[in-house]
Amino acid sequence: MKWNINEDRPIWIQLKEQLVKQIVSGKYHCGDKLPSVRELAADAGVNPNTMQRALAALNQEGLIITNRTSGRCVTDAEDKIEHCRQEIAQKIIRKYVAEMIELGYSRQEASALIKKGEEESWN
Amino acid sequence: MELVTCSHLQKAYGKETALKDVNLQIGRGKIIGLLGPNGSGKTTLIKILNGLLQPTKGDVKVNGKIPGVDSKAIISYLPDKMYFADWMKVSDLLDFFEDFYKDFDRQKAESMCKSLGVSIKDKMKKLSKGNKEKVQLTLVMCRKAQLYLLDEPIAGVDPAARDFILDTILNNYNEEGTVLISTHLIADIEKIMDEVILIKSGEILKHVSADDLREQSGKSIDAMFREMFHADNYIGGDFTC
Repeated sequence: MKWNINEDRPIWIQLKEQLVKQIVSGKYHCGDKLPSVRELAADAGVNPNTMQRALAALNQEGLIITNRTSGRCVTDAEDKIEHCRQEIAQKIIRKYVAEMIELGYSRQEASALIKKGEEESWN
Repeated sequence: MELVTCSHLQKAYGKETALKDVNLQIGRGKIIGLLGPNGSGKTTLIKILNGLLQPTKGDVKVNGKIPGVDSKAIISYLPDKMYFADWMKVSDLLDFFEDFYKDFDRQKAESMCKSLGVSIKDKMKKLSKGNKEKVQLTLVMCRKAQLYLLDEPIAGVDPAARDFILDTILNNYNEEGTVLISTHLIADIEKIMDEVILIKSGEILKHVSADDLREQSGKSIDAMFREMFHADNYIGGDFTC
């Protein structure tokens, strides 16, 4: 996954969001060791201090665990990761529904349209 | 101890005041953007920090000492102009740097030149403008310095060269060292700086964390800068002489 950073918002928050996505999508699995701050920062083209701040926030939320000797790994609590994944999915759904309502669809129609849209894109 | 402290720093060139009462503390392990419009005092401040200029009033300390012979050993400086003689070969420059600076990593510099496609046997005269700037930056970044002072490192190079320069800065600076980059091309260094110093007419307007500034303003640093230093367009008007 490529990093996608927009300069209008604090960069550390965006890094955090994208790291979470990388974890829940399975790029890094449960218990996997993460690359070093410097490697991650170089990959994203950002300052190591900014990456450090994002990692510290994830650490605080318990998604990653810092081990003094072996560096940082993804938590081995699968339920925590799954919970995070569902939270992100909920956010996407809420955003979708809000936009569809703005277009004048009802909730039912919005949810039916997903199904329809799915089928059409398969054909 | 802070890496750099300036207290009540002033610099005047005759009647012109270039810096007015600058108070500044710079910590270690940071990449800081020194941002200001043309003529705001960026280069003057950098030259005072590395001892090329003497302040008119006030104090400057780098690593606890007044800039001088000792501070040259820990400051790696990239001037805003080329200062190498045309006849020199890249290898001559490497020899000089190796001789002058204990912290210079020659091997690293040679391999970086190679990756640039620059032979160390090439004469500086023969290199393109972009390659000259890249070689110069390579030399500066291949030192394991405490303070890197980069005066306009990305002015006048193409976007690909700019990426190379920014990557070089990011990947090579000493983690305990601080990089101070002066520029007015803010958008280009937006992602790599963690603090910004905004300077205008010789005064420090702000010295804050880049992300905090974005959070407060909801804008990029570049957009903030454009707003702060906005100059009204000249749209004609009546000449009443």
